[in-house]
Amino acid sequence: MPPKPDQSPSYLAAGTTVRSWLCTLDHKRIAVLYLFTVTGFFLIGATAAVLMRWELLTPAGDLVTSDTYNRLFTLHGVVMVWFFLIPVVPNVLGNFVLPLAIGARDVAFPRLNLASWYIFVAGGLLALYAIIIGGVDTGWTFYTPYSSTYSNSQVMVMATGIFVAGFGSIATGLNFIVTVHTLRAPGLTWFRLPLFVWSLYATSLIMVLATPVLALTLVLIMLERGFGVGIFDPRLGGDPLLFQHLFWFYSHPAVYIMILPGMGVVSELFACFARKRIFGYKVMAVSILSIAGLGFLVWGHHMFVSSESLYAGLVFSLLSFLVSVPSAIKVFNWIATLHRGSITFGTPLLYALGFIALFTIGGLTGVCLATLAVDVHLHDTYFVIAHFHYIMVGGMVMAYLGGIHYWWPKISGRLYPERLARAAAVIIFLGFNLTFFPQFILGYLGMPRRYHIYPPEFQTLNVISTCGAAVLGVGYLLPLIYLTWSFFFGARAGPNPWNATGLEWQTPSPAPANNFGAIPVVTGPPYDYPPP
Amino acid sequence: MIGPPQVLAALSERLPAASSFASRVDGVFAGLLIASTVMIVTLTALTLTFLVRYRRQASVNRAPVRIATWKIETAWTVGTTVVFLMFFFQGAAIYIDMRQVPAAADAGAINVVGRQWMWDIRYPNGRREFNTMHVCVNRPVRLLLSSEDVIHSFFVPAFRLKQDLVPGKVVNAWFEPTLTGTYTLFCAQYCGTAHSAMLGQIIVLSPADYAAWLAGDRRETTDGSPGDAGRRLFLQYGCNVCHSPEAAVHAPSLAGLYGRSVQLGDGTFVRADDQYLHDAILHSPQRVVAGYAPVMPSFGGVISEPDVLGLIAYLKTLPGAAEVPAPATPP
Repeated sequence: MPPKPDQSPSYLAAGTTVRSWLCTLDHKRIAVLYLFTVTGFFLIGATAAVLMRWELLTPAGDLVTSDTYNRLFTLHGVVMVWFFLIPVVPNVLGNFVLPLAIGARDVAFPRLNLASWYIFVAGGLLALYAIIIGGVDTGWTFYTPYSSTYSNSQVMVMATGIFVAGFGSIATGLNFIVTVHTLRAPGLTWFRLPLFVWSLYATSLIMVLATPVLALTLVLIMLERGFGVGIFDPRLGGDPLLFQHLFWFYSHPAVYIMILPGMGVVSELFACFARKRIFGYKVMAVSILSIAGLGFLVWGHHMFVSSESLYAGLVFSLLSFLVSVPSAIKVFNWIATLHRGSITFGTPLLYALGFIALFTIGGLTGVCLATLAVDVHLHDTYFVIAHFHYIMVGGMVMAYLGGIHYWWPKISGRLYPERLARAAAVIIFLGFNLTFFPQFILGYLGMPRRYHIYPPEFQTLNVISTCGAAVLGVGYLLPLIYLTWSFFFGARAGPNPWNATGLEWQTPSPAPANNFGAIPVVTGPPYDYPPP
Repeated sequence: MIGPPQVLAALSERLPAASSFASRVDGVFAGLLIASTVMIVTLTALTLTFLVRYRRQASVNRAPVRIATWKIETAWTVGTTVVFLMFFFQGAAIYIDMRQVPAAADAGAINVVGRQWMWDIRYPNGRREFNTMHVCVNRPVRLLLSSEDVIHSFFVPAFRLKQDLVPGKVVNAWFEPTLTGTYTLFCAQYCGTAHSAMLGQIIVLSPADYAAWLAGDRRETTDGSPGDAGRRLFLQYGCNVCHSPEAAVHAPSLAGLYGRSVQLGDGTFVRADDQYLHDAILHSPQRVVAGYAPVMPSFGGVISEPDVLGLIAYLKTLPGAAEVPAPATPP
């Protein structure tokens, strides 16, 4: 029995003052705060990317100096990884949807949730301050001893910013874990949870377990840089490779923070637009957890040419192959979900299909990189750049855009212009491939990453890539414009425009401040679409 | 239709397979490329078929499939794992060979020292080159890699060879060139301002040419004037990497420098005489011209006194035009 529609005002109507937003404890309003913050960071990171692609139109360094270029790619990496990709789905979509999807009135710790946003913003402001007072030129990876000793840039401030923002991640992860454990609606057993909830749960585990290692690593860098404590610099008795082990022990799991929530989102999209239960639901849930677990054991595959031991190389390569198995299985299951479905081609499905295509290419090229001898050639080239952009941008950003379109009616109460949205999805898909596919070839031909100036024989492919970036830029601006427009002028959506099964669709749009009039009782499996 | 073989053929035109590893690595990569293409084509075909066949408007059988899900899941889990493991073993086999220096390469290792932003190459006989390495074709070469400052990476795409130079460590690497020619050496590990200018070349010579190169001495090939010898040193020590109009690094022009008055970073003025140039080369951080970052490495202990004098002699010959004429490449 669906509960009675709630009579309390929508969360948007609950207050219109700045104070009502900045002091809100409502998970949905906090999600909107995150939406604005990460969009701002995305635009900053994207601007740096545009400048880099513009510079790379010619082999010579004629737009900016090498020092500026090095600051641009560091800015792009730091901002996009820590201030966009990591928070984007968990903190925007997760914050908004998680309590609704499990039939709760809020997350377990609403005040902590707001505090997480403030911590995140504080970290972000420190990062922006570091950029404004001169920037950082170490690359987002902060490899030592360059970052700890040699770099003449604002490493301390930037590291502090990332350190601070990390606590926002930890708090959010903790909040989500407790929420899923304690606030599920009556009857909502673990294997009735939507896969998006499973993916947020797994992501939260990684956030709580891995982020402290990053914090520790950044503190060690600051100790060496600020106080000359020898940890990583061999001249002070340190070991540069120790840094890489610590950094990737966090940053490889962080890669899964940046993709697992996306996998959760597209699972919702496939189920809804094929009107079918996700094929192999339990396998999907288990593979999410096993990716999260195995993700902790593969960090050494970033170090095959670092002079780590031969045996370490062999073990990390083997484990990397194993972690790609559950990812492959997920792709098979999504496609199998389409089989005997009843498919409509809404914008969210287009993004989900784009996700599958790009994630598959990203995954298969990841297998190339897990192959030891091949990685020796491809490591630190544009092949790696292309590979992780296929996963992070092709995968995660496509999933995020699909999710934003899917839940937009619940967020705004409005429908977006469908045709324009489909066109934007296609433009983004084409622009993305045009930008990043040539980089696979550049990488195999040997163009190293982080090169301000490059040999002329690489120019043609770079020009193609830059043209693609222009298309991609237009593609990204479109949703920004029409979603803003639809927030004010779009058609009213009604509670459930997609006829979807999730609990979040059983309450009015935009969602009421208290989410549900009466907490729903769950009696069936997830994605329980009626037979067509 | 363009398939993986055509793609690889096009790639190999641009990227020669010039070491004993190169074609083995390409072979594994070709296998990966073929398997990936098969996978992508199959998945795309399936997806498109399902999308068209099961679109909402179509009237088709949508009754749930009877076969047990776990059988399908097991089948593709095992299948994927087996294929992946195959590639793991192929990649690992070559990697093991890459990491184990053969006994034949043991006779005389070439020391490669990475330094912001140059390659310092020292041969077993004491001979030394900057940013250029001469080796003999079909003879395994052992490298001892180390760094004086930050991490660099010795990357020769034509050899499919990459190995980081880690400060505080001496790392072994080896390769066997199989084609004569000149191949680019890149620094693949980001190392600061002029990372993208930290290039070098590996010149693979035939046995006869290599013997001639071994016998030759750079001083004998100059015309004998100190300026001309200095010009060669200027190239050999990689000064032109920064001190040329095309350079990536913001470095002062040396044109007409000799004898001029120069303002230093602390505001004082000095005359660019022999003593100043000598100190600027050997102890550069204390002699940086106003407006420039102290990025020039110190060559103290690197360039011998006679060579410093040769360099100064060359600088004296530079006209006071706006630009340094790009030094001609030695034959």
